[in-house]
Amino acid sequence: MSNILYLAEHREGSFRKPALELASYAHALARQTGGQAIALVLGKVGADQLSRLGSYGTQHILHAAEGSFDPMDNGIWSTAVAEAAIKVSARLVVFSASLQGRAIAPAVAVRLEAGLVAGVNGLPSSMQPLTVERKVYSGKALATVVVHTEKAVMTLSPNTFGLKESSGDAVAEVWTVPTLPSLSFEVLETSRSEGKLLLSEADVVVSAGRGMKGHEHWKPVEDLATVLGAATACSRPVSDEGWRPHGEHVGQTGKIIAPNLYFALGISGAVQHIAGVSSSKVIVAVNKDPEAPIFGAADYGILGDVHTVVPALVEAAKRFKENS
Amino acid sequence: MSNVPDTTTKVRFTDGNTRLDAAGIQWIINPWDELALTRALELKDAGAISAVEVINVGPALTEATLRKALAIGADKAWRIDAETADGYQVAQLLAQWLKDQAFDILLAGVESSDYNSSGVGIMLAALAGIPSVSNVSGLSIEGGQVILKREIEGGQQQLKAHGPFLAVVQKGIALEPRIPSMRGIMTARTKPLEVVPAHPVAARTAYQAFSLPQPKGSCRMVDPEQPDELFRLLHEEARVI
Repeated sequence: MSNILYLAEHREGSFRKPALELASYAHALARQTGGQAIALVLGKVGADQLSRLGSYGTQHILHAAEGSFDPMDNGIWSTAVAEAAIKVSARLVVFSASLQGRAIAPAVAVRLEAGLVAGVNGLPSSMQPLTVERKVYSGKALATVVVHTEKAVMTLSPNTFGLKESSGDAVAEVWTVPTLPSLSFEVLETSRSEGKLLLSEADVVVSAGRGMKGHEHWKPVEDLATVLGAATACSRPVSDEGWRPHGEHVGQTGKIIAPNLYFALGISGAVQHIAGVSSSKVIVAVNKDPEAPIFGAADYGILGDVHTVVPALVEAAKRFKENS
Repeated sequence: MSNVPDTTTKVRFTDGNTRLDAAGIQWIINPWDELALTRALELKDAGAISAVEVINVGPALTEATLRKALAIGADKAWRIDAETADGYQVAQLLAQWLKDQAFDILLAGVESSDYNSSGVGIMLAALAGIPSVSNVSGLSIEGGQVILKREIEGGQQQLKAHGPFLAVVQKGIALEPRIPSMRGIMTARTKPLEVVPAHPVAARTAYQAFSLPQPKGSCRMVDPEQPDELFRLLHEEARVI
């Protein structure tokens, strides 16, 4: 009987899809081990949000409502997770493979003397020893990893496990972390864009590249995103040229995303770009070059000039939304 | 600094798919480590720091890549002589070496392009008891103060470091990787590359087997004159909208 502890990250007061996916995953792991799925919430969250975790199988929640968690300090967060793991005798500690999850999982692994497997894409095929699959070589290959330590820490790749509802009691316990260190770095300033759909959370992403020929041609791209409720993204040359903000760059050295649907408009499909989006469930490519490598990675393609095709897609998208 | 296969390498496995087939592989400095090195050298050029050293854990074949780092401008390279087994083993070997070193700033690229685990930098900091910060997209030194720009979900932070620290750096830390000059390539041969022995450290995880993903089916082309058809397919066939 082994318990699973997972870190339920929240933003702007609510749990987003990655946290609920992680809850679903933790619940499935708990079914495999015969233990409980226990959530750790750092920072104050409302009771209605906490009970949402119960809808994905969470039995128990440690709610560390008080504490300076807002700066997301590595030392403070990893201490909190490690202490929680010890408190609930967790055999497995799992995180979303989010910016913060990936940042603190290795420190927690060291504290718990646990093997770390980052970016797992499914449930372990075995628990004795823990054997689980992940992507390697920037998504070009798959690997099966075995963990030799008694405990293990994993980070879960986004949009791989899915949301699975199950009823859990979600009993919330207010908990104070016994020994929190102080901030390692002085926070001078924090800026947050409120209410924005983040690339890491978006189910649909509309991305465009150099084929658009300039930032002044971006309106159809933005319109398509608006109609579909999607986040916008771009290829590296576009952000290097300053046509779009750096935060929109998806690719090997930019953001790695895994939406359900990814539109690649006027993007040739260099290896480094594909590395950033290959985990998308479905890729649609629009390009006028039939030899463009993007068509090798795409599920659906339109051969044509983006300046005529994208506006036509915007109108078609509007019709689709009206009729659905 | 990690030694990795060139990004355009077609990966293949051998020995019953238990290890990478290294035949014909071009080895390079891990792209994020290269950006970290570039930023360090920019700071050195500006007179803000005095020396830049690169450290790698690996077998003799990584020395060619370490020489590239020296050619780009690093002052000294170190190789901890060991076959890498997993992130924890690499971090522990680095931590052991670090005990005898003095430093102000440690930089680690966010991940290596082969294993993508984002583990070594943070594990090293945890093992060595050094403050760490991740997702650092900017590092500047103004009047002796170290200022960091850090990416967080949906935002950014500006941080000030007090004392030695390790920063895990990502895109933005430098705009383009520095290219070695002719002079750099010449002097690289005479700059120090020190090899240190490694005490054996047991890995905590092991790669059992590799496989290549199923190749994608061919792309289904849609007539540009029929954009509604695309949405019908996305809804009925792909079920993503």
